[in-house]
Amino acid sequence: MPQLSLTVNGKSHAVEVEGRTLLVELLREKLGLTGTHIGCDTSQCGACVVHVDGRSIKSCTMLALQAEGASVTTIEGLAKPDGTLHPMQEMFREHHALQCGFCTPGMVMSAIDLVQMHPDGLTEHEIREGLEGNLCRCTGYHNIVKAIAAAWPLMHGKQVPAAAE
Amino acid sequence: MGFEGIGASVRRKEDGRFLAGRGNYVDDINRPGQLYAFIRRADRPHARIRGIDTAAAAMAPGVHAVFTGKDIEADGLGGLPCGWQIHNKDGTPMAEPPHPVIAVGKVRHVGDPVAVVIAETRQAAKDAAERLVIDYEDLPGIANLRQAVAQGAAQVHDGVAGNICYDWHIGDKDAVDAAFGRAATVVKLDLTNNRLVPNAMEPRSAVGDHDAAGDYTLYTTSQNPHVIRLLMGAFVLHVPESKLRVVAPDVGGGFGSKIYHYAEEAIVTWAAGKLKRPVKWTAERNESFMSDAHGRDHESTAEMALDEQGNFLALRVRTLCNMGAYLSTFAPCVPTYLYATLLAGVYRTPAIYAEVKAVFTNTVPVDAYRGAGRPEASYLLERLADVIARDTGRDRVELRRQNFIPKDAFPYQTPVALQYDSGDYFATLDGALKAADWAGFEERRKQSAAKGKLRGIGMSTYIEACGIAPSHVVGSLGARAGLYEVATIRVHPTGSVSVLTGSHSHGQGHETTFAQIVAEKLGVPIAQVEVVHGDTQKIPFGMGTYGSRSLAVGGSAMVKAIDKVVAKGKRIAAHLMEASAEDIEFKDGKFSVAGTDRSKALAEISLAAYVPHNYPIEELEPGLDETAFYDPKNFTFPGGCHICEVEIEGDSGMARVVRFTAVDDIGRVINPMIVEGQVQGGVAQGVGQALMENAVYDANGQLLTGSFMDYTMPRAEDLPDITVGTESTMCTHNPLGSKGCGEVGAIGSPPAVINAVIDALRDYGVRHLDMPATPEKIWSIMQGGMQPGRPAMAAE
Ligand code: FES
Ligand code: FES
Repeated sequence: MPQLSLTVNGKSHAVEVEGRTLLVELLREKLGLTGTHIGCDTSQCGACVVHVDGRSIKSCTMLALQAEGASVTTIEGLAKPDGTLHPMQEMFREHHALQCGFCTPGMVMSAIDLVQMHPDGLTEHEIREGLEGNLCRCTGYHNIVKAIAAAWPLMHGKQVPAAAE
Repeated sequence: MGFEGIGASVRRKEDGRFLAGRGNYVDDINRPGQLYAFIRRADRPHARIRGIDTAAAAMAPGVHAVFTGKDIEADGLGGLPCGWQIHNKDGTPMAEPPHPVIAVGKVRHVGDPVAVVIAETRQAAKDAAERLVIDYEDLPGIANLRQAVAQGAAQVHDGVAGNICYDWHIGDKDAVDAAFGRAATVVKLDLTNNRLVPNAMEPRSAVGDHDAAGDYTLYTTSQNPHVIRLLMGAFVLHVPESKLRVVAPDVGGGFGSKIYHYAEEAIVTWAAGKLKRPVKWTAERNESFMSDAHGRDHESTAEMALDEQGNFLALRVRTLCNMGAYLSTFAPCVPTYLYATLLAGVYRTPAIYAEVKAVFTNTVPVDAYRGAGRPEASYLLERLADVIARDTGRDRVELRRQNFIPKDAFPYQTPVALQYDSGDYFATLDGALKAADWAGFEERRKQSAAKGKLRGIGMSTYIEACGIAPSHVVGSLGARAGLYEVATIRVHPTGSVSVLTGSHSHGQGHETTFAQIVAEKLGVPIAQVEVVHGDTQKIPFGMGTYGSRSLAVGGSAMVKAIDKVVAKGKRIAAHLMEASAEDIEFKDGKFSVAGTDRSKALAEISLAAYVPHNYPIEELEPGLDETAFYDPKNFTFPGGCHICEVEIEGDSGMARVVRFTAVDDIGRVINPMIVEGQVQGGVAQGVGQALMENAVYDANGQLLTGSFMDYTMPRAEDLPDITVGTESTMCTHNPLGSKGCGEVGAIGSPPAVINAVIDALRDYGVRHLDMPATPEKIWSIMQGGMQPGRPAMAAE
């Protein structure tokens, strides 16, 4: 079986994987990182979103071997070692942006990338469009949108510019 | 610590683990030595199984076993039981054909299990399953309601003539006929309630385990682990409760679809016993589409008789509903006692008669999905109300108001069995009209027109019934279960509290709201309250969560148990403070002697209860641990008014909800933040049903919408902000006054959306449009209805 080395949540791993093993399977089954979920088999739901070299990707849509040498961050790797939550996690809690919690890891990972990719501001419309790849069946998205809007100033350390509202 | 009791929007206790990726869902559970099951399912709707050649699969690498329906039969397992029996008009029981765990002889729907392969890894099991050779002889399939009842239709089950599961009715036919005889006007409407796939984001999963002592454990994605233990143990595996533990840990959404006892639960548990290894199965999403119970799927004709003034005189309804290929656990009660009994709605219609015919088809079983029967009833009534207003030239708001059950008429006995305890439909209507700025709509319509868009507004004033009860009544209606709930309040020696509840949280936030009730009633901070649920080994026999019952029934059981704790605490306090128990008051976590400054904190009392050195041991047992079972006296009746505004794009026919306002009467609210979230989520599912979701079968019974690529789920950009308000009256018969809020969103919203779409299309002469109101349907109407010379839309 092919060898793979990668870094996950700051820890390096060298593992053997089958060629067909998906990144999400590696994370959940080999590395025991079950925070990343699988909600579909057609790359539609976003429950599996993680960051690979800083960008969000659907880990059900990438072979593990494609992550050779990459640095992967999963939901488990977001909080600081002392347990302090990432501002996005904090805002999800504050705004009741999760109910059953199943879509949440993927939602949070997508949301962080979305905010990072919009340094000049982020409108509600852009948030809703930006969540195109993530399904939530519980919340109706209302509070997820609120949480992401609230995380923007915390992550960028400034207020949302008026024009972006 | 801020205020944490009843009414506080406390942030959720459970969120910490979910946000950190430390939830514990079934597929996250891995048992040592675990094997994996893959289920080969029927790829065709109806066929005889002539033979299954398992040899190649059994020899594939990593395979431990291949089982078919014959192996299950040979081991003497039972079929999957149905938990509700309906009786026909003539008093005979419904048809209840066998529901084998794995198909024997015939497959009856796409997705029916045919064989299971158990192997070292998921992939090995899946690879081997492809080597199974199944020899089918195709039979004609029944895909829909009309086909099922057509003359000479093929039969889904031998021995179920005409595919009729039951032919049932409710109400006073003679009174209704008489009223129609003297009516000034009769308004008739045919409507379809589209078939839906629940699609909780977590696919179903089950892990079976078996230990050296011969005890079984099943970890399963369930809303009610005790119900699964009872059904699977007693009817399928024949294992006593004492040797079977069922754990439903964190569950990623249910919406009804995880109430039922499914074949896979029995398969992994049984196989674990046979192979002496744990066995795991997790659905791929395509399996969810073809094996999770679907929802709705009704065709109805509704007729209302009216007098000259527009008063409703009588309602006559005929409904054909789909059971799918087999009876799922609670399927028969959904189109009867959860649907037809709601046909009075919020109106004082004096006579109602409904006939419901349930049929079998070669489709996935249909059972309760968020709202279950009540969305079908409210859709029928609220569409009918709008059509009546249109056909008779009345204002749709005034027509409703005029026919509402008056505020002073409660308790109100409907002509279809239910007795509403409380409600004020005028208050929710007025609240919603104001919050939605109904009066200002014309201005917004003009603004939309200026952008080239058609804008419409619609409403629904609905009622629903939650916390279905009491047990003896549901028993007389055919339930094969009790519908009480249980709670244990365990005060520990140092005063922290464990709540053991029979309710199950799969997104509802019980760990928070239930702790808030304890905080309110016992004065214990929620950080010191632990809520335990979902494990038959830890909690007493409870009935679980569905039908918006957790707070109204489960919360009431908690209050009853808390009352017992307080009563016992008073006797202990009386002993310690040398007073009489009648003189002890309990408030804010303190027992005090009335009229004195002497008091003892709850923790002092609990310590005395567990270290009973100075204790009235002659008259009281030690300990402070009380259990209560609560069997409600009646249903609860949440209701309210939903108002929707849509905009339709001229070029595409795409309808988009641009404003949505829900004002509901849900009784006492424990955590307003959680209530808002529940209503918003329900509305999203209702908007999904109204505008995009639809489970489609081809004429032969092949499922065409079998993935998220074909079945449209509402996404963030499909929905607006959802404004939620409450105008509550209290439930009169439970100790909290709560009515339930989990389903109101999905019940009230679909008719409001469709009424808005039809209002937007007012220039096109549309009287009715079936759900989902897709761009294609709307665009076709706009093309067909487009008259030469009629004013073009502004942007065209
Ligand atoms: S699991 Fe659904 S997109 Fe990856
Ligand atoms: S919180 Fe349940 S799916 Fe999003």
